Amino acid sequence: MSDHEYTPSSKFGKWFNDRLPLLSLASHLTDYPTPKNLNYWWTFGGILTFCLITQIVTGLTLAMHYIAHADMAFESVEHIMRDVNYGWLIRYIHANGASMFFLAVYIHIFRSLFYGSYKSPREIIWIIGIIIYLLMMAAAFMGYVLPWGQMSFWGATVITNLFSAIPLVGEGIVTWLWGGYSVDNPTLTRFFTLHYLIPFLILGLVVLHIWALHVPGNNNPVGIDVKKPSKDTVPFHPYIVIKDTFALLMFMIVFAFFVFYTPNILGHADNYIEANPLVTPAHIVPEWYLLPFYAILRSVPDKLLGVIAMLSAILILAALPWLDTSKIRSAVFRPLYKQFYWILVADVLILGYVGAMPAEGLYLLVARVATAYYFLHFLVILPVLGLKEKTLPIPLSITEPILGGTANLATARNKESSIK
Amino acid sequence: MSEKKTNRRDFLFTATYAVGAVGVGATVWPMIDQMNPDASVKALASTEVDVSSVNRGKTITVLWRGKPVFIRRRTEDEIADARSVKLEDLKDPEKDEDRAKNPEWLVMLGVCTHLGCVPLNDKGDYNGWFCPCHGSHYDTSGRIRKGPAPTNMEVPKYEFVNANTIKIG
Repeated sequence: MSDHEYTPSSKFGKWFNDRLPLLSLASHLTDYPTPKNLNYWWTFGGILTFCLITQIVTGLTLAMHYIAHADMAFESVEHIMRDVNYGWLIRYIHANGASMFFLAVYIHIFRSLFYGSYKSPREIIWIIGIIIYLLMMAAAFMGYVLPWGQMSFWGATVITNLFSAIPLVGEGIVTWLWGGYSVDNPTLTRFFTLHYLIPFLILGLVVLHIWALHVPGNNNPVGIDVKKPSKDTVPFHPYIVIKDTFALLMFMIVFAFFVFYTPNILGHADNYIEANPLVTPAHIVPEWYLLPFYAILRSVPDKLLGVIAMLSAILILAALPWLDTSKIRSAVFRPLYKQFYWILVADVLILGYVGAMPAEGLYLLVARVATAYYFLHFLVILPVLGLKEKTLPIPLSITEPILGGTANLATARNKESSIK
Repeated sequence: MSEKKTNRRDFLFTATYAVGAVGVGATVWPMIDQMNPDASVKALASTEVDVSSVNRGKTITVLWRGKPVFIRRRTEDEIADARSVKLEDLKDPEKDEDRAKNPEWLVMLGVCTHLGCVPLNDKGDYNGWFCPCHGSHYDTSGRIRKGPAPTNMEVPKYEFVNANTIKIG
């Protein structure tokens, strides 16, 4: 695992480490050679770990007061808000924490897209990341059901009904998911169980994600392979630790702003009305982080094809390392890709916006165009671009363009030889 | 492959895998099946509804198996409307005569066949029902006319116990 042998200085440390090499692991993590040009977009891995731990700790404490029963869930949440000591704080941190978690994960994913972090040899890291993202969506959806408000109930009804689009077995699967003939108490209790389980699955996958990361090491803004350790790297501690901590503090300011100043702005007022199976709210919308996919679902007029399009929009990401045919990782050296990247960002934001609007008229038209473009980006533009694009010359090392003041290959080579 | 003789060990491996697979299947199935509707949920399978107070042109909504059921006493206009539609204009062709045995009474699950929302009464382009979630329009027979829903609203099994009482389920 480590590139160097580590020997604890104390006698007990050596005795312990020979039996369980935890100290070797700690040494590997602190000394880990990290590219020295990592910018602040690279701090979101640490921020995401913080989000996960925050959700687990606040979730654990909420579970001490929450009652997973259709007749009592709604009131138990109000009980947490009004009676439990600091219950309001813990619940607002948990609810807004989900949004902050997704905010961070989207930045993390789009950072990968910009700098080509998903490319060889980091495909497994990327795919584990996509699985984590899918589990996050499942956890967030089930968590949103637990307060048993109107949006909880009807969100659960709409999302579980997506499975009814499957030919032949669809209806049976939906009944099985519900444990009845509609969303009801059996659905609530199983969602609570799974909502409790998933964060720990994510935690396990995060360990694999980081393990897989530590095999090739971090990608970096220049996107070239870095020899480690070398003059292009710095030890993880203290250099990256302090940078991550600073970014985390900035992030926590945003987090705290939502929790203390506008704790309900990311939710829906309808969810403070208790679930009623006889009345559907006039306008059902998922939480903001699922809106782009919701827009894709609604833009297809056929039920089954709509569900397939929505799932494909997520799963297509797993195939990204093979859809992007360019060998150059960083968009810094891909002038055309850089433009298409920003068009994709705009496309996803537009999808998110129309996902929140009623599916009619101009909104529907925009949603359809944006959906078509989304798939066009991954299925046509990326494969073709990798073959056609004229990329800029990449430097030989991270240090070179900084010291030499140019990214030009020939000058870089000359410098390299003159240093030797 | 053909010259490789099947020996005792191959037989033992195959037999072990087969028994193992059956054992795992038999253990896993109860874990999966426990999520299906339980006996208490299944026991609530039928409901009797008194419809004597429902006037013409009015709809009542009752709960059956946790789902809303629309019971509408239709006006002559609505019946005529529903019966005059040509079958080839329908996305899910079904005669109104087959959906409402007694033309005055339309009984159906008030569940949009798209993603399960409850459609609104007396709304939409066909004077029947309109689903606010994703914009499906249903006619006065509860048949899908426009929007993403694939099929008509489902007619459950029901019967008139007497002139004033409908038994659903």
